[in-house]
Amino acid sequence: MKILVPLKRVADPDNANKVKVAGTKLETTGLEWKPNPFDEYAVETALRLTENGAATKQRQGEVVVVSFGPKEVEATLRAALATGADRAIRVDVTDDKLDGDLVARALKAIVEKEKPDLVLCGKQAVDGDSNQVGQLIAEYLGWPQATFAGSIKSEGAPGKETALVVHREVDGGTINLKVTLPAVVSVDLRIVAPTSVKSVYTADGFKYPDGVRFAALMAIMAAKKKPLVEEKIETLAADTALKIEYLGFELPAARKAGVKVKDVAELVTRLKSEAKVL
Amino acid sequence: MTNILIVAELHEGKVRKSTHSSITFARQAGAAGGTFSIVVIGGGAAAAAAEVTGYGAAKVLAVEDPTATVCERIAPTVAALVKSGGFDVVAVTASSFGKDIAPRIAAKLGAGYAPDISGVKDDGGKLVYRRPVYAGNAYASCRLTTALQVVSVRQSEFTAAEPSGGASPVEAAQPAAPDAAAARVEFLGLEAAKSERPDLGEARVIVSGGRALKEKFAEVLDPLANLLNAAVGASRAACDAGYAPPELQVGQTGRVVAPQLYFAIGISGAIQHLAGMKGSKVIVAVNKDAEAPIFQVADYGLVADLFVAIPELVKQLQAG
Repeated sequence: MKILVPLKRVADPDNANKVKVAGTKLETTGLEWKPNPFDEYAVETALRLTENGAATKQRQGEVVVVSFGPKEVEATLRAALATGADRAIRVDVTDDKLDGDLVARALKAIVEKEKPDLVLCGKQAVDGDSNQVGQLIAEYLGWPQATFAGSIKSEGAPGKETALVVHREVDGGTINLKVTLPAVVSVDLRIVAPTSVKSVYTADGFKYPDGVRFAALMAIMAAKKKPLVEEKIETLAADTALKIEYLGFELPAARKAGVKVKDVAELVTRLKSEAKVL
Repeated sequence: MTNILIVAELHEGKVRKSTHSSITFARQAGAAGGTFSIVVIGGGAAAAAAEVTGYGAAKVLAVEDPTATVCERIAPTVAALVKSGGFDVVAVTASSFGKDIAPRIAAKLGAGYAPDISGVKDDGGKLVYRRPVYAGNAYASCRLTTALQVVSVRQSEFTAAEPSGGASPVEAAQPAAPDAAAARVEFLGLEAAKSERPDLGEARVIVSGGRALKEKFAEVLDPLANLLNAAVGASRAACDAGYAPPELQVGQTGRVVAPQLYFAIGISGAIQHLAGMKGSKVIVAVNKDAEAPIFQVADYGLVADLFVAIPELVKQLQAG
């Protein structure tokens, strides 16, 4: 199976409370670039779908990663190559000339050229929190979608996978879908749990370590030699006009610091007589 | 003049209350002149349509279609109705249903999409949307450059609409032909979490627990939740560790809630969790670590062993 995984770098999500507003722009100066966590999960999922969990050095199929941005995003792509992805594509463009819709339309052109069986993406990027690109690509391609995947099992014969059974994490439970390939799947947090992904190569009962894999030093060196090509946004999308226009930003009012109560009795009294919520 | 089509969320033959937040959005967006209609699509839509006729909609469209279980079958119908009905804004509440389908509708219509909005205002005939970014650590104001627009509405920021009286006419409408992709997706089923408790998005009180509760998650929290008729929530850490099911997760990437009263019990208060609950009216934190970041947003903090404090809290509340 050939899988295309779009990747985005985001300003350090664990320090998102340090963003500042400068004029009409949001400033993330001082925040380190990190891979979007959901995209890292998508890469891990792609690797698990294209290997026997007991012999992860041998890739069965191909994992291609793609990112949009200036030269510096190549670091994000190389990191994915180091964990096991085979090839990378960087679409040269600056962030201010992008929105989710343009990314999806450009990805459509890449998909038409690369012809993957599966586009696997994170359910949302934790900077804009839009949760849209997977669904947009699916519609633009006319492919079925399975969003917010908490587990995936591939069906068919090795090298001839035909469908995925996906458990989607939704409000109030789980929706189970079977999508026939080619399809678009977006992944949720629990996809990197030890038994969430089952490929046709991996024995039943196999357990991965929890979370995403780390690259060994040798693999980081080897990743520098893996193919990474550059594309131009203009050749991928005829129309580069954006559909969303950001006018300005503001920081939310900080919550007033509360009080520490000395015991349960004081808590109950205050909730009843002061906050009046009980 | 804004003409809005709300896509109702149907669940087991009933309109989900989340839909009422989209009605509130439509009332606000149309305040300067405009109308809104509601479309109910799915099995039992004809009966469910009657549930939303008292909210001031110009009309309620009922599309009886038992096969409409996936967005590849629902989105084409919405798009067709938008075109035939002359709507210019499509609104859906940003539940997992809304987040799944809204971009698909937008792409189908060539419309711009404003996801998970927390506010709307009419700026000289153009709608300006407000939306949280960076886990709610900043709010953006934005505009869509397209004539046709799709929005998803954050349930916790648009209070559920109350009935306004009147009786909107119900019109039956036909489902559109499904996408070709519909033949390649099979709905195997919904495994609904069985719970007698209110939904996280609708509860007046939420009792949330973190990893510190370990295997005693339910044992400690259930008595308090039962007593207060509260929904139960959880931190990501508690869900990942398997102490609570994933659908209970409150946070940036789980449910975003804003109840009257939120108990954070054994939750340290990572940025991602705060993003999902800091709009709550009153926050109570119980944690044995006095330095936990949750105390910076809590109205009332109690530094205590939760295995002692929570049963004691239940006991005192029961005593009246």
